[in-house]
Amino acid sequence: MGATSIGGGVVGYLRAGLVVRQRWLDDASFVELLAISQTLPGLNATNMSILVGDKLRGTPGALLAALGMCLPGAALMTAAAFAYGVGGDDPLSRAFLRAIAAGAVGLILMVMVQLGAKVLGGFADYVFAGITAALVAGFGVPVPYALVGIGALAIWWHRPRPRKGGDT
Amino acid sequence: MKQLFEIGGVFAYLSLLTVGGGMAAFPELKDLTVNVHHWLTFPELIHYYSIGQLAPGPNMMMVASVGAHVSGLPGAAVALVAFILPTGLFTFAVGRLWARLADWPWRPAVQRGLGSVAVGLVLAGAIILGRGALISPFYMALAAVVFALLMLTKVNPAWPIVASGALGIALYLL
Repeated sequence: MGATSIGGGVVGYLRAGLVVRQRWLDDASFVELLAISQTLPGLNATNMSILVGDKLRGTPGALLAALGMCLPGAALMTAAAFAYGVGGDDPLSRAFLRAIAAGAVGLILMVMVQLGAKVLGGFADYVFAGITAALVAGFGVPVPYALVGIGALAIWWHRPRPRKGGDT
Repeated sequence: MKQLFEIGGVFAYLSLLTVGGGMAAFPELKDLTVNVHHWLTFPELIHYYSIGQLAPGPNMMMVASVGAHVSGLPGAAVALVAFILPTGLFTFAVGRLWARLADWPWRPAVQRGLGSVAVGLVLAGAIILGRGALISPFYMALAAVVFALLMLTKVNPAWPIVASGALGIALYLL
């Protein structure tokens, strides 16, 4: 039941903990599980902990790994909500919160660029990403429509072809 | 009690949209919690999201905050379980199937196609968050500096965000 010792953290920590320190996985299977986690819906870190837990200890491992991954952060954020209710209106904490919100925007842009560098392979991919962002943020199209509509289009664009070619 | 069911429904639905990361669900999260259900205001949602960047674990554990904000501890528990269980079960099942899908010719197509859309959704989330958070040139500059710092160095993302908060307080006191 060592799977519970994953105390939370992002993907970088995961690799350090799973591959380097505990040697539960080799790098190849880590990358493979990570690819699954990122393709499927769900938080990458949570998906990853479920897959690793399952691989190591079966169903109970998956369950405990997911709990271990989420509970510390969730407990802290629940506490944060109560603290916010008490002190959130104080001008000092408002100044703090507004500034960290701006910092968070910078962080998301970084995440997007990293994700983009990994998955956007050609001009068409940038177009799909751009259209999705414009529809959702600019025209208020609900995410499921954009996801299914543009997703189907993009999957069809990359459909398996008999010969390699025509890939922009 | 009815509200707990609503929280469960909203977050179970949102969890299905988190393709490529939690931020992809942010546009719908904002629409449902702020515009449809009026559980909290947009600035409050942004604040929880930002605090969530400092908490350990997956960055969307702020769903527990939203749940707690609406109906206390039960709300937090319901939001968390609803947000994690549906996709968790899905991942669990697909993880076991994946080996068999290795030779499926459509697999790379699905991976690339959804990948592009996921990047677009994260960008949409950033734009919507930015509209609420970047309310003056100071905050825009702050976001740009954090972005540049994270791109150019390997510093833990929590530090620049804490530093932004400290700057915000300093600015307020001056």
